[in-house]
Amino acid sequence: MKRSKRIEALDKRPVNLDGYINEWPEMGFIAMKSPYDPPATIRIENGKIVELDGKAREDFDFLDSFIADYAINIERAEASMAMSSLEIARMIVDIHVSRKEVLEVISGITPMKMTEVINELNVVEIMMGMQKMRARKRPGNQAHITNLKDDPVQIAADAAEGALRGFAEEETTMGVARYAPLDSIGLLIGSQCGRPGVLTQCSAEEATELELGIRGLTTYAETLSVYGTEKVFIDGDDTPYSKAFLNSAYASRGLKVRFTSGSGSEVLMGSSEKKSMLYLECRCLYVTKGAGSQGIQNGSVSCIGIAGAVPAGIREVVGENLVAALLGLECASSNDQSFSNSDMRRTARTMLEFLPGTDFIFSGYAAEPNYDNMFAGSNFDAEDFDDYNVFQRDMQVDGGLRPVKESEVIAVRNKAARAVQAVFRQLGLAEVSDEQVEAITYAHGSKDTLPRDVAADLMSAEDVMKRGITGIDIVKALADSGFTDIAESVLAMLKQRVIGDYMQTAAILDKNFRVMSGVNTPNDYMGPGTGYRVEGERWEEIKRIPHRINPMDI
Amino acid sequence: MQISEELIKKITEVVVRELNNREKNNTVAAEDDIPSLAGKERINPQKTDYSAYRKAAKGVDPKEIVIGVGAAFQREIRKTIGGIPLEDVISNVKAGIEEEGMIPRVVKILDTSDVGFMALESAKLSGSGIGIGIQSKGTTVISQKDLYPLSNLELFPQAPLMTLETYRHLGRNAAKYVKGENVTPVPSVNDPMVRPKFQVKAAIMHIAETEQLDPAMGIIEWED
Repeated sequence: MKRSKRIEALDKRPVNLDGYINEWPEMGFIAMKSPYDPPATIRIENGKIVELDGKAREDFDFLDSFIADYAINIERAEASMAMSSLEIARMIVDIHVSRKEVLEVISGITPMKMTEVINELNVVEIMMGMQKMRARKRPGNQAHITNLKDDPVQIAADAAEGALRGFAEEETTMGVARYAPLDSIGLLIGSQCGRPGVLTQCSAEEATELELGIRGLTTYAETLSVYGTEKVFIDGDDTPYSKAFLNSAYASRGLKVRFTSGSGSEVLMGSSEKKSMLYLECRCLYVTKGAGSQGIQNGSVSCIGIAGAVPAGIREVVGENLVAALLGLECASSNDQSFSNSDMRRTARTMLEFLPGTDFIFSGYAAEPNYDNMFAGSNFDAEDFDDYNVFQRDMQVDGGLRPVKESEVIAVRNKAARAVQAVFRQLGLAEVSDEQVEAITYAHGSKDTLPRDVAADLMSAEDVMKRGITGIDIVKALADSGFTDIAESVLAMLKQRVIGDYMQTAAILDKNFRVMSGVNTPNDYMGPGTGYRVEGERWEEIKRIPHRINPMDI
Repeated sequence: MQISEELIKKITEVVVRELNNREKNNTVAAEDDIPSLAGKERINPQKTDYSAYRKAAKGVDPKEIVIGVGAAFQREIRKTIGGIPLEDVISNVKAGIEEEGMIPRVVKILDTSDVGFMALESAKLSGSGIGIGIQSKGTTVISQKDLYPLSNLELFPQAPLMTLETYRHLGRNAAKYVKGENVTPVPSVNDPMVRPKFQVKAAIMHIAETEQLDPAMGIIEWED
């Protein structure tokens, strides 16, 4: 056939490099509704759930048992289940029904009923729901801080710049897992250097992650993964009970924690039990709630290539974000993984969370160029900062970031790099040269930095663990080397664990270490004239993007 | 112009050839309806029978490194997700191990398709306590027998970016861990667009691997 030149041009568009697949329910490639999804049912006898979503208690798997025993409000269940899914869906969108009333009704419904409710909503209605149901009044944002070399000094500089740009939380991970202790220290110091009160965490193997938290080298945890089928849970050597236990381990030491889930993981692991991605994700979120976690990172997350490949996949993703909010959980709404070759497609996908606002619009915006993002790339990266700031200004929407000045960026990057250099020297860890500090201060990414002695770094990392270095040692090293202000901030972060208020739902800290959570600053949106509005000082800040025309220059 | 029988014959030949070519060059995917797999419960209707194979034994040679390959390796799946033939993958990992004076042994893991556990189980079988897990799509982990299940010495998560040199290099590194050297890990590589391009393919390959599992057989010697 002679080719059409137009079709040839279209075939070359970036969007056609993405992967797409037909629905295939047997293998779980189905977003919203599978023919194998169960009926939404509940039966209660003597105050105990004896039937859940078409299954009798004797046939429960461990997710069913956990959900039936811990995640559903039994007093409320019969009344809520008697309502139609359409009626509940309408309450979610109705500005005259408060968030509190919706939470009350939702507390009594089953995972399958939740799936049906979301199926009644189109994406605009889902966004309206999110605008009302988000836990914290003011939306927030989280950064990924990583690099290809796992260089802890670059991590400190990027964390400082990220904090300056407005991120409320910063997360790192490593290409080489054993770098975790050094990278956690770099992140902790850098974040407090950029803006006091920013929370930090290191995504690592669970036992390591817990130990880093207990030692005060991180200030929250996020990578407690839950799955929607028993098989995938077991493959990960886990159960809902073990996750609940791990959650308590963090809580006992006063650390903020959220769980992680997201549609597509069961498909990728080959154990979806033929169920829709939405239903399986609802099960994950009920387990999260039942385990007593204050929140979740979800929205397909690292499996977005699966959700994004099927029809209505992105509707499902924002739908599952809303499910988290409906269960009263903090929602860090993904957008944290490269998802499309097309700039238009990746932007469109993010608008679904950006416009209504979520507790964390990104659960990892790459605050470095994507080639340095060790979560295999985020949906937005450091080269998109100005685009994002313009979105905020164009639409008068608070996406959690702010424009910055070049001189400020250079200053905080340099200070963070020098602070890490000094702390490593004080603690007898691997050397950081002045040339490395200089290169990192002005760097865009690891292509602009000098190489590290990896073998020496890994020995230092091991040393940190062996010697039992804690957050207090970092405070002392900072103070002894003259970085008194950063020392005070790191100490203030450690004190938060004694106070414990930042363990409340959707908590973040302002620069004076005051908590803003769903408890003391709850979302009170009920239509026009209510809820969070971009105004005052914050609006002035958003307006001040770089590259404005100065009329006097013309 | 004179129209001879000869000319008509020639014109006919040209037209027929042209028509045939057109059919061959038809690459407009949108016009082919992609067949629906809905209703099918497996990718490969057959499950390979491994009952004739010898169960893998625990090694005693302190120089031994066990390479545990996936259930579909060199059977249902013959190339990695990046298109590298699996024979070449295995020969390069072995060559890397041998270059450093250690001895490779290849087993096939039939009780899990999770690469972290594949590597850990290999390490536990290995005389040296160092093992390598390789999924049929190419994802690879180096592990050590005393590590936490989800921890590792080195992880190569982006299979489409793997090259034969990477496989050889990781074989050398595995051998160096046995020798107790201070190993510099294979430098990380990263392509943020791997996910949109390859994740669906990865899922399909993983399903094809997982459906070949035979937990009753456990782990078998693969290159006897």
